[in-house]
Amino acid sequence: MQGVGFRPFVYRLARQNSLTGFVFNDDEGVLLEIQGEQDSLAKMTAALRTEAPPAASVTEVIVQAKKVLTADKIFTIKKSPPAIARKTFISPDLAICPDCHREMMDKHDRRYHYPFINCTNCGPRFSIVEDVPYDRQNTTMKKFSMCSKCQKEYTDPQDRRFHAQPNACAECGPHYTLLDNKGCLLEDDSEKILVLAHKAIKQGKIIALKGIGGYHLVCDAYSDGAVMALRNRKKRFAKALAVMAGSIEAIKKICKVSAEEEMLLKSPSAPIVLLNKNEDCQLSVNVAPDSDCIGVMLPYAPIHCLLFHSDDVFVMTSANMSEEPIAYDDADAQKRLTNIADYFLVHDRRINMRVDDSVMRVFRKVPCYIRRSRGFAPAPLPFVANKKNLAIFAAGSQLKNTFCLTKDDKAFMSQHIGDLANKAAYDSYKKAIEHYQRIFDIQPQLAVCDLHPEYFSTKYALATGLPVIKVQHHHAHIASVLAENNISEKVIGIALDGTGYGADGHLWGGEFLLCDCTSYERMAHFAYLPLPGASAGIKEPWRMAAYIMHLLYGGQMRKMECDLWKIIPGNWPLAVQIAEAGLNSPLTSSAGRLFDAAAAVLGIRGKINYEGQAAVELEQVAASGQGKILPYEIQQRQGMRSINFLPMFKSLIENNDTLADKAASFHLTIAAAVVQTAQLLSRQTGVKKIVLSGGVFQNLILLKNVLTMLEGGFSVYINRKVPVNDGGLAFGQAAVACALINEK
Amino acid sequence: MEDKFITMAHGAGGAKSQELVAEIMMPAFDNKYLRQMHDGAKLSVKNNIAFTTDSYVVEPLFFNGGNIGKLAVCGTVNDLAMTGAVPKYISVGMILEEGFPVSELRSIVDTMRQAADEAGVYIVTGDTKVVNKNNGDGIFINTAGIGELIEGCDIAPQNVKPGMDIIVSGYLGDHAAAIMALRHKLQLPDTLKSDCAPLNKLVAKILKAAPGIAALRDATRGGAAAVLNEIAGQAGVGMLIDEECLPVRREVRGFCDILGFDPMYLANEGKMLIFANKADTAKILAVMHADEYGKNACVIGSTNDTAPGEVGLRTNIGGIRIIDMPAGEQIPRIC
Ligand SMILES: [Fe+3]
Ligand SMILES: [Mg+2]
Ligand SMILES: [Zn+2]
Ligand SMILES: [Zn+2]
Repeated sequence: MQGVGFRPFVYRLARQNSLTGFVFNDDEGVLLEIQGEQDSLAKMTAALRTEAPPAASVTEVIVQAKKVLTADKIFTIKKSPPAIARKTFISPDLAICPDCHREMMDKHDRRYHYPFINCTNCGPRFSIVEDVPYDRQNTTMKKFSMCSKCQKEYTDPQDRRFHAQPNACAECGPHYTLLDNKGCLLEDDSEKILVLAHKAIKQGKIIALKGIGGYHLVCDAYSDGAVMALRNRKKRFAKALAVMAGSIEAIKKICKVSAEEEMLLKSPSAPIVLLNKNEDCQLSVNVAPDSDCIGVMLPYAPIHCLLFHSDDVFVMTSANMSEEPIAYDDADAQKRLTNIADYFLVHDRRINMRVDDSVMRVFRKVPCYIRRSRGFAPAPLPFVANKKNLAIFAAGSQLKNTFCLTKDDKAFMSQHIGDLANKAAYDSYKKAIEHYQRIFDIQPQLAVCDLHPEYFSTKYALATGLPVIKVQHHHAHIASVLAENNISEKVIGIALDGTGYGADGHLWGGEFLLCDCTSYERMAHFAYLPLPGASAGIKEPWRMAAYIMHLLYGGQMRKMECDLWKIIPGNWPLAVQIAEAGLNSPLTSSAGRLFDAAAAVLGIRGKINYEGQAAVELEQVAASGQGKILPYEIQQRQGMRSINFLPMFKSLIENNDTLADKAASFHLTIAAAVVQTAQLLSRQTGVKKIVLSGGVFQNLILLKNVLTMLEGGFSVYINRKVPVNDGGLAFGQAAVACALINEK
Repeated sequence: MEDKFITMAHGAGGAKSQELVAEIMMPAFDNKYLRQMHDGAKLSVKNNIAFTTDSYVVEPLFFNGGNIGKLAVCGTVNDLAMTGAVPKYISVGMILEEGFPVSELRSIVDTMRQAADEAGVYIVTGDTKVVNKNNGDGIFINTAGIGELIEGCDIAPQNVKPGMDIIVSGYLGDHAAAIMALRHKLQLPDTLKSDCAPLNKLVAKILKAAPGIAALRDATRGGAAAVLNEIAGQAGVGMLIDEECLPVRREVRGFCDILGFDPMYLANEGKMLIFANKADTAKILAVMHADEYGKNACVIGSTNDTAPGEVGLRTNIGGIRIIDMPAGEQIPRIC
């Protein structure tokens, strides 16, 4: 990997052990030749594995003994030939390292309080790279020429900034300035801007802060007024906002933090980590109004460390309007944020690639991705099934889009792109695909996309002119887990998801597939229900809830006592009518829609403001309840099983349990039905491996219920290397395409 | 004519066929060209012509605001008008299903005559066939038309350039909403009514006021979204529409909300989009606002050179959503 300080590390190691020889990057990675005493050689090869810098993930060390032909007198770092450098990989952007942090806080250091400090172990990478090979001329640092001191560090193999491409100091590098919301300069003194910006935040103002992969909007998370103002201006009214805290201690004041979570927060990738709030969390309720959970991160860019005092907790949300992607271009940000931010804290180093913060969570002590972006992309994932070394372009989904390009035994998953219907996101999509192809030197031979004819990613794939393979949405979800674990035999894949286009033209999403990567057989699914008004039915869960009531009680439905009536609009009979008439009411077997419908039936939410809101709130309510398994039916027709949850809804409506208990029972019943179906299918097929995927498995109560009930008889797999939601879809698409070609 | 229902004999070319023509078609469509009674009509025009054809199938045949006959005349008249021509002559071909009520046929041909009169075109030739019961949907109509191109105008999608205004002639989605509501027996306000209308006279007035108009197109199947995408592709320009400016009636908005439709994709039968230089916009709007079929006309957006071939909608919350070509039914893309 490029830019993680591996060669300087090797250099120091060789010097310490009095070895001579050389090191350079070749097309396979790092090539190292060392000459010296047997003992020292052994010591050095061992150290390569154990002492490598944190960001360099050493996958393999291959040692070959050679005869000395000409004795080298010293150890040197050789320059890599440019054509070859293209094949080694660009590192993700990395959080400031402890060494740089120490220097930055040292009054006597020449980089005291310099917010662009970095070294070979840390700093911006992917977001500033314009082309390969990775050297300064191909980054957005090219406009800053190094002063003599920086140059000396850069060229000295002994220095920890040897070949640190973004190397800079206050003398020669980029700077921050503070602007008002019209773009007029308020202050450019590096100390004063920090004081002014901090003061403004503490006074309840909103700052647009240009960072590594884009702009953030920053305000005091303890201030109700500031957070509310931010929500109003950003037109984001409900969805939780991420925060950044000045220290781990500040986080512990507001959230519960396990050892694994603390490690994740402090890792060089520095993702947003979802944590449970403390009961006495003093943050403004407006930060995460309908959630016990909150997304928290630690300072990762030097400017964060300088701006934040250790007890500060600031909202740190991507700078945009509502569903827009994060702003990263200066002119665009100025235009888009002028009515949102009071001040702009900006710098003069261009961001070449938009990169959102990653979002993760620790489940059963293992980190898993909600969004894999900054700090991870574009580091490749192993893709060992690619025996024919295919260059595949996998177009991904429509929402939460990421794409994937394969090369040899690697799969490059892109950073988070977002909702492709959004022009800014779609533009990023096109730009990023070209960028990845160039910097990783990949010319796709084949494109793979979703079965959905209207996905923008599908249309993009079809327009490439490449041969196209279409993969059913949920097959791709399951295949993403198969590829992560390199499983080639048939498994029972359970995809619980929102809605994905099915092979029969209906909207699938509660699917049991007997499958491997090459093919799938749909063995069972959640029973079909009409989704009244299609996408309107997704935004308004009361619609499906009303239709469920209609199915259960017909003309008597309005007489039933039900909390649905508290949240339903007056024109509800029309929704029932269009579902009856089959007018724009596609059939769906989606598990996600069932969660939404249950939230509506229980009066929790009839209309959502962001994807998944109803289900999140239902899960929240269920957390404090005691569940029991309610009735459901598994019906079988012509070998196809379908799970009918209407009896469960009847019980939810008619029993006298508390709301929390009902919500818990819903979760438990879905889990029980899923597990019973899995057991039936396992008995029928003899398959013991079960794979779980799809966005609904982000629901931890459901996931825990399912895993607990499956424990014992089965090996269960779920996504670990890519998100379980559509952010991981492209990886599965690539896996299916690869398997299909391998078979030919 | 004594028969209450169409029989196979009405299409067999014998006495019954003659009776159908003589007692229903001729009296309704009567004009000097039709009275020639040749195998074809002899016609004359002074200029270059435009020529078009279209077939009409609609369910239900009768709806609030018109019927299939009115659609068939207005559709062809409008297609001619959109090429920058003055519609002159049209032909009418009908395929009737055995058992179709004669009273309904009378009502359809009467409406066609009224529409032709309003548009100022002659129905100059025609044909009628009958198919067996269950082989048709009551009635299918094909119309073809000839129009005389207006001199000094050059209407073509390729003439659309960046920096032009996009004008819509009135409320969007009325026709599709009225038809669908009726087809599915939805309880909706009576004011929901098809906008079916001939636009040729309005077009002639607009072209007189602003002969330099780049392109015109009626927003029928696929709605405004389809027209915008077609022209964006043909002209190689980008388009940005302002959601705030889109004219949609309250009742149609309500219909779309409950059904989950986007009014941009709904069919119209009396609405057109105009692409013109900004300098002409005021003149065009003044002419339109004085006309029954253009009184609610307004600018909905403009063309640009930043996103060739792409149509964007600036939404009320500020982002730009891509409006792509409708491929078929609107299938939710949300996962
Ligand atoms: Fe999905
Ligand atoms: Mg036509
Ligand atoms: Zn560092
Ligand atoms: Zn310097």
